[in-house]
Amino acid sequence: MTRLVAGGDLARRLQDAFPGTVESWDDSQVWVQPDRLVEVCGWLRQTPDLAFDFLSSISAVDYIEHFELVYHLTSIRHNHRAVVKARLYGRERPAAPSVVSIWRGATLQEREVWDLMGVTFEGHPNLKRIMLWEGFPGHPHRKDHLGG
Amino acid sequence: MDKSDQEKAATLRTEPVTINMGPQHPSTHGVFRLRVTFDGEMVLDVEPVFGYLHRGTEKLAEERNYTQVITLTDRLDYVSSMINNQAYVLSCEKLGGIEAPERGQYLRVIAAELQRIASHLVATGFLLQDLGAFGTPLMYCMRERERILDLFEMLCGARITNSYMRVGGVFQDAPEDFWPALRRFLEAMPRFIDEYEHLLTSNEILLSRTRGVSLLSAEDAINASISGPVLRATGVAWDLRKAAPYEVYDRMAFVLPLGKSGDVYDRYWVRMQEMRQSVGIVQQCMAQIQPGPVRTTVPLIFRPPVGEAYVPIEASKGELGFYLVSDGGISPYRCKIRSPSFINLTLLREMLIGYKLADLVVIFGSIDINMGEVDR
Repeated sequence: MTRLVAGGDLARRLQDAFPGTVESWDDSQVWVQPDRLVEVCGWLRQTPDLAFDFLSSISAVDYIEHFELVYHLTSIRHNHRAVVKARLYGRERPAAPSVVSIWRGATLQEREVWDLMGVTFEGHPNLKRIMLWEGFPGHPHRKDHLGG
Repeated sequence: MDKSDQEKAATLRTEPVTINMGPQHPSTHGVFRLRVTFDGEMVLDVEPVFGYLHRGTEKLAEERNYTQVITLTDRLDYVSSMINNQAYVLSCEKLGGIEAPERGQYLRVIAAELQRIASHLVATGFLLQDLGAFGTPLMYCMRERERILDLFEMLCGARITNSYMRVGGVFQDAPEDFWPALRRFLEAMPRFIDEYEHLLTSNEILLSRTRGVSLLSAEDAINASISGPVLRATGVAWDLRKAAPYEVYDRMAFVLPLGKSGDVYDRYWVRMQEMRQSVGIVQQCMAQIQPGPVRTTVPLIFRPPVGEAYVPIEASKGELGFYLVSDGGISPYRCKIRSPSFINLTLLREMLIGYKLADLVVIFGSIDINMGEVDR
């Protein structure tokens, strides 16, 4: 049975490795500083006893006062999962670093998040719209699209 | 050729040609567009263009109540609606802290495994169609799939867009005459697979067209988040029915067929063997299922507590999961769909470059995507 790595354990280890990156945590997830995402994800994939080799999904949620990026990570080697989140403030041009260099599985998913939620991923090799056409006004998964 | 012709050929300038394949093209299995650059017949570059079937399912879900969203999930991967239903209701149940009664869980697993067979039949039939075995193998597969759709019709009255499952169980118990019909199907299906494999698995044309085509390594597949039969064809024993057993899969005995080289042939072979395993799982369900309720009482207007859930399951094409966020209201605050067909296309460009035009449709068919699920 897939085990969920406890948020507390993960937060403690992340604190040791990268002081100041963890914003908060609960039983099932960890919130990290968005600008440190590449370091954190690279470490999560490389550390032998964590080995998150499979990026299940990237989701973005619009909570009006901030956007939240949700990374569902899976380790095929150890059969465990973890949830890492990052909060992005500001509706004008929210941005996060791209994790394509760590998991190529992020390529299409980050394009989708950009297209539908309007979050920019810095360092993505080909960040352009994917479901909608270039020139489409706005990002439809935002809660305020067409007045909400 | 005399000397002047040879000189002419040496100085003749050739240019790569970029052509559009799709969106209306029979081998794209829906509306998908590839901008392909060819040098003669050789593929130099590929740019997939998505979105021709984008219907905004995730946004529509935010406007409907939890029960209504079930009907939207049917229309994602429309050749495996039952499995989509299952992934969605499992996420809802986790959100609401509900567990379906045992008989309901068995019925769901029976429906999901029958659907997996139907989906693999479609994948295999169209793969052979793309290979140029025009008509016959596809019609054989469609004939067997028809029997499964008849069984679904007995279960819920619908054949394609089933909406059979509900939060807390299934919509209704199977009718009396369902069980003998299912038994007849389970007796006939292994014979059909034998016949089909006898015709194809060691067929020389199939072997020469698929062996060593579109090789994919296990590391690349995992790193690109590729799941399902395409991943197992590379030899990785990863199946969420085994790794994270949901419903009653922990009581089922089955093996994971694994490929060796991750080529088109292995993908075909893994799907054929998975159909046999699915027949076995349905037989075990039939033997174990006990009378009882099929559904717990969950209000039609279901209000889960504030929270979120993501329950990935093994769909016919790979890991399928609904990431649901609830704000305590009657509709999901956010309903993100992790669709295997979409993410399995991550390496499409790398899989196609260097192959010939005729291989392109075969490789694309072997990934087994469904545009309803890619574009959502």
